[in-house]
Amino acid sequence: MKFAVIVFPGSNCDIDMYHAIKDELGEQVEYVWHDTESLDEFDGILLPGGFSYGDYLRTGAIARFSKVMKEVVKAADAGKPILGVCNGFQILLEAGLLPGAMRRNESLSFICKPVELKVVNNQSMFSTAYTQGETISIPVAHGEGNYYCDEETLANLKANNQIVFTYQDNPNGSLEDIAGIINERGNVLGMMPHPERAVDELLGGADGLKLFQSIVRSWREANVVKA
Amino acid sequence: MLLKHEPRPDQVKSEKLYQQMGLSDEEFTLVENILGRTPNYTETGLFSVMWSEHCSYKNSKPVLKKFPITGEKVLQGPGEGAGIVDIGDEQAVVFKIESHNHPSAIEPYQGAATGVGGIIRDIFSMGARPIAILNSLRFGELDSARVRYLFKEVVAGIAGYGNCIGIPTVGGEIQFESSYDGNPLVNAMCVGLIDHKDIKKGLAQGVGNTVMYVGAKTGRDGIHGATFASEELTEQSDENRPAVQVGDPFMEKLLLEACLELIHSDALVGIQDMGAAGLTSSSAEMASKAGMGIEMNLDLVPQRETGMTAYEMMLSESQERMLIVIKKGREQEINELFSKYDLEAVAIGTVTDDKKLRLIHNGEVVADVPVDALAEDAPVYHKPSKVPAYFEEFQAMEQEIPQVSDLKETLVKLLSQPTIASKEWVYQQYDYMVRTNTVVSPGSDAAVVRIRGTRKALAMTTDCNSRYVYLDPEVGGKIAVAEAARNIVCSGAEPLAITDNLNFGNPEKPEVFWQIEKAADGISEACRVLGTPVIGGNVSLYNETSGTAIYPTPVIGMVGLVTDIDHITTQSFKNNGDLIYLVGETKDEFGGSELQKLVHGKVFGKAPELNINVEKANQDQVLAAIRAGLVQSAHDLSEGGLAVAIAESLFDNDQLGAEVNVTGNLVSSLFSESQSRFLLSVKKEHQTEFERLVTAQLIGEVNETENLRVLSETDTVLEASVNQLKDAWKGAIPCLLKSRD
Amino acid sequence: MFKVKVYVTLRESVLDPQGKAVTHSLQSLNYPEVSDVRIGKYMELTIEKSERDLDEVINEVCSKLLANPVIEDYRYEVEECVPQ
Repeated sequence: MKFAVIVFPGSNCDIDMYHAIKDELGEQVEYVWHDTESLDEFDGILLPGGFSYGDYLRTGAIARFSKVMKEVVKAADAGKPILGVCNGFQILLEAGLLPGAMRRNESLSFICKPVELKVVNNQSMFSTAYTQGETISIPVAHGEGNYYCDEETLANLKANNQIVFTYQDNPNGSLEDIAGIINERGNVLGMMPHPERAVDELLGGADGLKLFQSIVRSWREANVVKA
Repeated sequence: MLLKHEPRPDQVKSEKLYQQMGLSDEEFTLVENILGRTPNYTETGLFSVMWSEHCSYKNSKPVLKKFPITGEKVLQGPGEGAGIVDIGDEQAVVFKIESHNHPSAIEPYQGAATGVGGIIRDIFSMGARPIAILNSLRFGELDSARVRYLFKEVVAGIAGYGNCIGIPTVGGEIQFESSYDGNPLVNAMCVGLIDHKDIKKGLAQGVGNTVMYVGAKTGRDGIHGATFASEELTEQSDENRPAVQVGDPFMEKLLLEACLELIHSDALVGIQDMGAAGLTSSSAEMASKAGMGIEMNLDLVPQRETGMTAYEMMLSESQERMLIVIKKGREQEINELFSKYDLEAVAIGTVTDDKKLRLIHNGEVVADVPVDALAEDAPVYHKPSKVPAYFEEFQAMEQEIPQVSDLKETLVKLLSQPTIASKEWVYQQYDYMVRTNTVVSPGSDAAVVRIRGTRKALAMTTDCNSRYVYLDPEVGGKIAVAEAARNIVCSGAEPLAITDNLNFGNPEKPEVFWQIEKAADGISEACRVLGTPVIGGNVSLYNETSGTAIYPTPVIGMVGLVTDIDHITTQSFKNNGDLIYLVGETKDEFGGSELQKLVHGKVFGKAPELNINVEKANQDQVLAAIRAGLVQSAHDLSEGGLAVAIAESLFDNDQLGAEVNVTGNLVSSLFSESQSRFLLSVKKEHQTEFERLVTAQLIGEVNETENLRVLSETDTVLEASVNQLKDAWKGAIPCLLKSRD
Repeated sequence: MFKVKVYVTLRESVLDPQGKAVTHSLQSLNYPEVSDVRIGKYMELTIEKSERDLDEVINEVCSKLLANPVIEDYRYEVEECVPQ
């Protein structure tokens, strides 16, 4: 399986994402600059964390107008797995690929620490390697991870089983402890915690690896069926 | 022709305008002699910033000469943007520490942020990829609202810049002491990694080569920042706000990536950050070091504001700018490289062979001065020094053991002292993990960052207990280096070299200058014995408010090499049943200790002794045992002594407790701050082998009681639940910040 | 040429953590009469005269980029200015 790591000006978790895929997951991966005009050759798209365009105006607000975002939308429509982590999640929200918006953390401070997440939906293509209700430890590192949506949207998220991860001990004030959500179709995941930082025991844990393994597994299944 | 509103040369002289820029009468006369004429306003400005303490080290040079600066692994010593040390496999580590004290006192968020930005540029202008940031901070006591404001804003500023640019902030230290009330210290250190072949220097070589300006545009911000940093803070300093620059970490991220790409181009000749004294220092220093001159057309300098004068452009300290020299004719490809990152590279001048810095503005020559005069010929002052009365008084005192009635209560109070208490509130605001190489995160003795693709890692720390330096600058200076090395050794690394940040008061006061000299003596001796040369650093003088100096604070930034990631060791106890050892001798030493401060509310007497040869021997034994795989945890004994060290070793694990036996005076055993000591834990099966390698006292065992119990003979003298101790330690700083707002 | 002043604020239904902190701070500074603070953004746009309807242009840039309609509202004022 071949992944693209999209690099916006100001992305800074691109290298972490790249190495997680290449060194720990053992799949193909390439950096893709924000002005790229085609993502056709890639099977999975990763939007890494960081401060695209300095987080100026609003997190993700400027990056969503990058040339490559048209291609990301196309890939989403084609059913390819798309993962946005942290700033990547914020960009997906701004681009309308996921519902809702981000506010500043309730504490108003940036927060960086490992947090415990609950896997509340292990049926998505990003979470099948986890067990339902499993508690995993994944680091967060953000200043604006306080997820918000209106009541109707929340009801839809719940009805469609779109909430994949929730915080055990909410670090940022996010609505209903939401840490990660998918779109209705289930192929776009946005999450504030950084699974790519949790792929190596030397650095304190590898609970994030199963997320990437889930993506590969479902991609293989889909492609074996086709073949 | 000069602009209308600028004073003429004769006015600069007759109205002594040079004094406002920080030049003395003698210095101005010296400039006149060098030029053979009276300098104009712009030229006077060039000399004033280049001859400021910040750029010329005119007051500290005689002291800095004492430092050992060479070693077989040193590839670059002081004099460039940062020092470089070989770490094998054609790789090297680049690091430097720099202060941003004065700007942070005036506008803490931007002052701290731009301090971080500046030190990062020093690292990548050498061609190195910055891999970690550390910060050494000093504030007044947290019971003042102003101090709490400074503390919160400085931390937010560091976080704002470091997090955005994506370089992990992995460590440092913070001390709270009333001497820093009006004059906080913000010292930022950056560590970078480089392949030998990529090392670049700030040299303007090759007549006819092109001088290019890259990065942010020049505005009027920060004019006279270098001079400002070389003056005492006064009540009026708040009015100097325009001198503080605003940082743009996003711009710097782009500049960083572009410059690291540029390093690989054979078109690049030299590169230097426009830091303190901006365009003036970068151009004059690059030309002077190469034995060349530079001519620049200031009309071509990208400007953010209209109507800027030559003086303003040359003295601006706008952030996120670099000056590069490239081979003639290669401008186009350099332009293309930068435009990929939405940056502009603009040719503004050429390298000449007349050793002059010549500036053209509006078609006229507005400055024409020898580069060596600016960069090299600042006068050097040998300031008078005098032993302070307080020192003689302290030296005459006997060591006194503070009176303690309740050992447990004392331990709880010590753990709640802000200097000892958990700094989680601070480092949780820093992204210490980005780039996924941080093996040991903030909170342990030293941070450890692995080098991807190898078995190696780098350990790094900053240290300085300024109370000891105040009591005895020479011993205190020695201890600062020794403690840094102890922290490095505890993490499983071999100390390589140091960078120092000498923060002192006004050097024109003989007592302050004496502190500087003595501290430098102590640092030098420790560096010689420990084999850690000084590869660069920074001097920050005039740290005074309303005539009162800070404690002398020579911060030591040290980097060590972990030769195999299996050697990486942390301070936390690991397993039930492990044996606890104490390395080093405990004496009745409380001068400058946390306990003394707690009991008496002040520090006095003699600093703890330090025999640097004993220190070296202890460090060598501990490192040998770690490398032999015999050590489960290692922690240096520092503020608060043995009791605090044991408690801290228990805080990372919810299931463990410990029982230890102490002998002799209980207060000394538990709280003395004698130097050269380590707390180690060792698996029982390694006992014989460990004791063969290390001279250490077996004092107890790790258990599963979730309690800390201290016995003297058979009596329990202290018993506390780890949770209670941890709550006190963890809660102290958030509580101090919250309770009063 | 027009100078357009755009004010972006969080929608009323959305909690404003910054505003809440400032309200709290003002009250502890002994301004009990300050019962609420909402923090927003202020932007100044210089827009050249063109064939397109000015309000249409402003509304477009506001809803497309300057404000996020999920959580933010905007309003604007227009001043016509004479170029120097």
